Amino acid sequence: MLEKDKVAVVFGCWTSVSRKSVLPVFEKDNGLLFYPVQYEGEESSKNVIYTGAAPNQQAIPAVDYLMKEGVKRWVLEGTDYVYPRTTNKVLEAYLKSKGVAAADIQINYTPFGHSDWQTRVAAIKKFGTAGKKTAVVSTINGDANVPFYKELGNQKVSAQDIPVVAFSVGEEELAGVDTKPLVGHLAAWNYFQSVSSPVNKTFIDQWHAYTKNPKRTTNDPMEATYIGFNLWVKAVEKAKTTDVTKVIAALPGLETPNLTGGMAKLLPNHHITKPVLIGEVKADGQFNVVSKSPGLVAGDAWSDFLPGSKDIEADWVTLNCGNYNKTTKKCSGQNYK
Amino acid sequence: MRTFPWGAQWLTMLLLALSGVSILHAQTPDETFVAALGELREATYDDKAALVERLTQSGHASVSAVLTALMEDRLFFRNDDQKVFVGATPEGDSIKLIDPLSLKESGSAPPDSLTKIGTNNGLRRTLRFALARFKLASPDPSVRLEAVRDLNQSLDEATVPILKERAAKETDAGVKKEIETGLALAALDGMDSAAKLAAINTLSSSVSQEVRNRLALLYEKAEDGSYAEPDEKVRTAATTAVYGIDQWRTFYSAIETLFFGLSLGSVLILIAIGLAITFGVMGVINMAHGELMMLGAYTTYTVQLMMPNNIGLSILVAIPAAFIVSGLAGVLMERTIIRFLYGRPLETLLATFGVSLILQQTVRSIFSANNRSVLTPDWMSGSVRINDALAITSNRLYIVLFTLIVFTLILAVLKRTRIGLDIRAVSQNRAMAKAMGIRTEWVDAMTFGLGSGIAGVAGVALSQLTNVGPNLGQSYIIDSFMVVVFGGVGNLWGAFIGGASMGIVNKLLEPYAGAVLAKIVVLVALILFIQARPRGLFPPTGRGTEDK
Repeated sequence: MLEKDKVAVVFGCWTSVSRKSVLPVFEKDNGLLFYPVQYEGEESSKNVIYTGAAPNQQAIPAVDYLMKEGVKRWVLEGTDYVYPRTTNKVLEAYLKSKGVAAADIQINYTPFGHSDWQTRVAAIKKFGTAGKKTAVVSTINGDANVPFYKELGNQKVSAQDIPVVAFSVGEEELAGVDTKPLVGHLAAWNYFQSVSSPVNKTFIDQWHAYTKNPKRTTNDPMEATYIGFNLWVKAVEKAKTTDVTKVIAALPGLETPNLTGGMAKLLPNHHITKPVLIGEVKADGQFNVVSKSPGLVAGDAWSDFLPGSKDIEADWVTLNCGNYNKTTKKCSGQNYK
Repeated sequence: MRTFPWGAQWLTMLLLALSGVSILHAQTPDETFVAALGELREATYDDKAALVERLTQSGHASVSAVLTALMEDRLFFRNDDQKVFVGATPEGDSIKLIDPLSLKESGSAPPDSLTKIGTNNGLRRTLRFALARFKLASPDPSVRLEAVRDLNQSLDEATVPILKERAAKETDAGVKKEIETGLALAALDGMDSAAKLAAINTLSSSVSQEVRNRLALLYEKAEDGSYAEPDEKVRTAATTAVYGIDQWRTFYSAIETLFFGLSLGSVLILIAIGLAITFGVMGVINMAHGELMMLGAYTTYTVQLMMPNNIGLSILVAIPAAFIVSGLAGVLMERTIIRFLYGRPLETLLATFGVSLILQQTVRSIFSANNRSVLTPDWMSGSVRINDALAITSNRLYIVLFTLIVFTLILAVLKRTRIGLDIRAVSQNRAMAKAMGIRTEWVDAMTFGLGSGIAGVAGVALSQLTNVGPNLGQSYIIDSFMVVVFGGVGNLWGAFIGGASMGIVNKLLEPYAGAVLAKIVVLVALILFIQARPRGLFPPTGRGTEDK
């Protein structure tokens, strides 16, 4: 597309792997990609605008909420690939910085599509009855989620006793699921369909009209794409051209409204500001928002809680670098390595 | 003139005193109740928890009804007059309102004009414990048992007397025992050593993790070297009790692991039986076997769509329906494709792989690529609780039973019926069978249909365990081939023993090695095993083997 059709901008990619795969091409051919999905962070490219959540806009606020609810023991349960591994690394470092002992953190990975959760749920149950309030932070991917929640329900692990907070279970995922065993479990996103605001209502109505199906759900990555597209339109208007270099230069600092209130502002590190919402699953597959960040949270490309990335900063405006080390004052160039 | 203002003053005082009395009088219990109810509207979750406590203490007759409503998401306040109501249902076009004080119906309102008083997990937990006090009076012993379990988790000055009171009245032995456990736990907090020893004695027969942790606290050493429990006798008794409980828990957890293995094994057996027939008996490598299971799962979904009010029954209807759908698909496949490819395994493999892609895409076109929601009937959810340390999940238990039934049936069909005889005859010696007047082509189609039908039945079971989506089959096809190869091609008992042992080994390894490593270890072990015994556990006999 970039070489043949010379497209001005691409909105897309779903998994982290697909993003990492196209990244070199976008950088070589100077393309522009808007990536709308929450991801593990530790990346910032000149040619990519990240409109999904970085870990500090999703994972860390969720953990904060649970800490406030009195959770002292943590199970970090994930599928075995790059996003859960990196997110859990960030979370583990964060929990330890908050004084959680290593014995109170259990990290486990299962293969893609894992469907036999009996042993894991029994282990979580055992871990959770040690006398301290326990929660599960789930970075379990897609298809493995349903059997996991079913098993939790069957083994009578209720959300009241051991809540599970998930980062990749949204409205669209719940649409194909028997929600009974999930009710009360948590999800952290930057957007929920159930948030009532005039912009959101218009957006949902338009979506239903477009799909000709009033039951279709909207979700977080859709909002992120919506924001990304509006940002690009504004940048093109400002730069008066669709030329990639000029649009990229025009982008930082632009603002567009979020669907749930507040403005999404594109930061110099190519991430945006977002509100953080935590919702509990309701029986109809929608979410009941139980916590909302007081203001907007700025996306942080390089986590402050990992020793390797603490000193690293991304700034495409003044530094023109996605991987700038504040202590050595060096730009490491290609950041996806 | 002087007396008048004095008199008026006196009168005012009297009036004030009277009204004071009347305020005080109204403050119990209705006013406290209404005041706390009113505050619920704007409170944060933490404040709501405190309000729940205040409501409970008000002792008002409708506390239990209001708290239940809050728990079930049907406590509202009306937007125009801010009055709090209990809704008869949490949602609907028009919600019937119930007055929280009198518990009488007071009209209805559209949901737009009401605001729901929300809860979160922490609050619902508080509510559950608060409601447990009321549930103690329930006539249903199982409700009382749940209530006592909840109360045991929230023992304090308020709950212990309630439990004591109940213990005197309780008739059900199970509930009584649970109350005794709770009271013994409470006694551990006291100062009396003799009472503590008696309590430890009571608790030592328990196998619950909570009891174990509480007892373990007794002999725990503080940082300065002093014990939490001053009396050494109590400490020794606690140590012995914990040791005993740990022994039992280890025993029960071994049983649990064994059951986990068996249930994983039974899923493997179920998906492998069909393959053991098509691959084993007929020698056809059917790559579309997984997709036939997927068809079975989608049949379950369709059956549930057709009978939305009878989810419990729908599964039972889905079993024969799935058998027929997948069986017909199998016969069609055999007649149109596979029969032209007998004796050419590579071509069969490729052709059936193609069929599997066609089936997947068909399902995608009809049902969309998204997963479909198959409901679990109530009688299959939850678990059978043996004791505090061991509970067996119902859906897995049913699937183990179901596998045994299917296996016995298939065995009976092959051994006792005419078609079974024909199938065995053709698989042993095709030419001879043909010479004896058996319509081998027809038998081939029937055999393939039988194998495919069982795949469909397996799909019904899988729909209760995992996602129903176009990729359902792919995730199981490799496992099922592994079981068949391990068990020995063409032998149902091989599939049975193979599936069960693979499941158990997998589950025994998982706690130590993790799910990823356990799978790798099983795979490597299987490869080594096949190296040593290329024909699996139960080597096949008959015409097929003589060729090899």
